[in-house]
Amino acid sequence: MSDLTREQLLEAYHTMVLIRRFEEKCKELYAQRRIGGVYLHLYNGQEATGVGAIRALQPTDHVITAYRDHGIAIAKGSDPKRLMAEMYGKRTGVSGGKGGSMHLADHSVRMWGGYAIVGGHLPLAAGIALKSKYNNDGEVVLSFIGDGATNNGYFHESLNLSAVWELPVVWLVENNLYGMGTPVEKATGQPEIYKRAIAYGMKEYGRVDGMDFFAVHKVVSEAVDYARHHGPVLLESITYRYEGHGVSDRMYDKRAEEMQQYKQRDPLIVMADKLQQMFPDIEPDLAKIEPLVAAVVDEAVKFAEESPIPTAEDLVNHIYA
Amino acid sequence: MPMREALRTALHEEMVRDERVFIMGEEVGAWDGTHKVTRGFLAEFGERRVRDTPISEMVIAGAAVGAAMAGLRPVAEIMTINFAFLAFDALINHAAKVRYMFDGQFKCPMVMRVATGWGNQATATHSHTPEPIFAHFPGMYVGMPSNARDAKGMLKASIRDDNPILFSEVIALYSKPGLVPDDPDFLLPIGKGDIKRAGKDVTIVSIGRGVDWSLEAAEMLSQEGISAEVLDMRWMRPLDTQLIFESFKKTNRCVVVEECLPYYSFGSEIAAQLQEYMFDYMDAPIKRVSAMDVPLPYAKEIELMALPDAHKVVAAVKEIL
Repeated sequence: MSDLTREQLLEAYHTMVLIRRFEEKCKELYAQRRIGGVYLHLYNGQEATGVGAIRALQPTDHVITAYRDHGIAIAKGSDPKRLMAEMYGKRTGVSGGKGGSMHLADHSVRMWGGYAIVGGHLPLAAGIALKSKYNNDGEVVLSFIGDGATNNGYFHESLNLSAVWELPVVWLVENNLYGMGTPVEKATGQPEIYKRAIAYGMKEYGRVDGMDFFAVHKVVSEAVDYARHHGPVLLESITYRYEGHGVSDRMYDKRAEEMQQYKQRDPLIVMADKLQQMFPDIEPDLAKIEPLVAAVVDEAVKFAEESPIPTAEDLVNHIYA
Repeated sequence: MPMREALRTALHEEMVRDERVFIMGEEVGAWDGTHKVTRGFLAEFGERRVRDTPISEMVIAGAAVGAAMAGLRPVAEIMTINFAFLAFDALINHAAKVRYMFDGQFKCPMVMRVATGWGNQATATHSHTPEPIFAHFPGMYVGMPSNARDAKGMLKASIRDDNPILFSEVIALYSKPGLVPDDPDFLLPIGKGDIKRAGKDVTIVSIGRGVDWSLEAAEMLSQEGISAEVLDMRWMRPLDTQLIFESFKKTNRCVVVEECLPYYSFGSEIAAQLQEYMFDYMDAPIKRVSAMDVPLPYAKEIELMALPDAHKVVAAVKEIL
C-alpha cells in the first residue's frame, strides 16, 4: 500500500491531525476576534492532499501555494507557534506579522509562501524551478493550485513556459469543487482539469482521490520523480474544503448534504482505517496523537498571545534590501 | 558609442562577471533583441543564460521574481513598456512586495528592462511613457537613463543591486552617441541624480528624453542671457530630492520637463514636494512641460503637437521669470 515505514506513516497522520486541530482553533479564535483581518482560509478537509503530496518530496525540494496555506506550511515543517503568531499579527510570526494568514512563508523549510492573488504564485513557481534547472541541482518545486486559478492567464503562461523550458515543477491542482462560490463546471470548459496538460504537451498523472493520503502520496511520488528527471507534470486532486471559501462564507450551509458525503470520507478517518488494517496493533500509537496535538496547539496559542506586536520600525523595514 | 552599445556592454560585462546573471525575454536570443541590445549574446552565452520566452508578459515578470527569490539574478526584458501593463500584477504585487510581506526572508534582485517613448506614429497603445505609475509603489526602483554613459553605469548598478528595478530605455535614445568609460566597474549609484548643466536663474528638472529637450532649451535661453540649471534625475524612485532642493534654493524657480502624461506624473510629484518642503524659497509657480493629456494618434502632424519639445520648455521658463 505504501513504501513509507510505520513511523513515517504515523508522522504523516500526526501532521494531518495537527492541521485539523490548528484550523479548528483558528476558526474559534477568529470568531472571538483574537485573530483579526477579513481573510481566513482554512484547510480542513484537504489535509490528505497537502500532507500526502509534501511527504513525497525531499527536504531540499520546494513548496509554494495560494492563500489557503496554513496546512501547507505545517506540512512542510514550519513551527506552529510562529504560524499562529502570524495569525495574531505578532512580530514573532513567520512573516513578522506583516503577511497574515494568506502570506505564510518560511524560507528555512523551503516553503516559499502563500500568495493571495489568484494564480499569482504560478510564475514564481516556474522561476524557482528555473533556478533548479539553471544550477542543475536536482531540486523539484511542488506548486499547489486551486481549481479557480486554472482559469486565469497565469495558469496558461506558467504551464506553457514550464513545458517549453522543461522545468522541474509538479503542478498539483487542488480541486475542491468551488472557486469561492462558483462550481468548477460553471467556471471552466474542461472540468477535468488534468486534461489541460495536453495543451502544453505536458505529462499528466490524472485525477487522484484527494481524501486518501495513500493515493495522493503514491501518485505525487511518481510525479515528483518524473519532474526531477524530465520536466513539468500536471495532476489533479479531488478534495473538499469543510469551512467554505473563507470563514465568512455562509454558502456552505447550503451544501450540507454534499459536505456529509465528503465527511464520511474524511481524510483522517480514511487514513486511520487503513493504518489499522496495515498494522493491527497500531491503535495505542494513534490514541497518543490527539493529546500531543492538543498540547502543540495550546502552546502555539500561548506563544502567539504572549508575543510582542510589531513596532513602528517594523512598519518601514524590509521594503528594500 | 550609441546608448544601445553602452547597454550591451553593461549586460555583457555583468554576465561575464557573475554566473548568476542571465537574460530572459521576448526576442532576446535568436532575434538578437528587438532593439539589438543583446546582439550576439545567444551565440556567446548559449541557451541556458540567454532565454527566449513566449509572448507571455505575466510569466516573464513572475518567473523573474521567482528566480530572483531563489538566488539567480535575472535581467528580464519585455519588448516595450506598453506590454508591461500585462505584467503589472507580477511586478507590483510580487516583485515589489515579497521582501516586505514575508518580513525580509527573501530578496528580489531582478532587473526588468523595457523600451519606452513615443513619437514614431506608433499610436495609442504603443506610445506610453508610464514610468510614474511603476514608481508609485514602494519596493520597486525605477530608472531611466538619458545618455550612453549613464545607461552603462545605471544598468550595471541595477544588476548588482538586490532590489527589483524597472529599467526604462527610451527608444529614441538608443542610437544617440556618447562617451562611455571602459572601466568594467563603472557604476552610477541608484537614486543619485546629476547636474547636466549648471545655472542660476531657473532649475529645469527632467529625466530620460526630457533631458535633451531641457539642455537644448537651456542653450536657447542662454542666448537671451537666461541661465538655466538642468538636472537629470536618472531615477524616478528613489528620487534625489536633495539635488532638486539644493538647486531650487539657489534659483527659486522650477520647470519640470517630462515625456509622460501630466496627471499624477513625475512633474506632479516634484511640484508637490517643492511646495511642501521649499515653500519659503519659491518665487513663482512650478511649471510642468508634459505630453498633452490625450491618447496618441497615428498622423504624425498631430502626434507631434502632443509632445513636449525645447521650444515648449523655453516658453515655460519665460512664463515664470
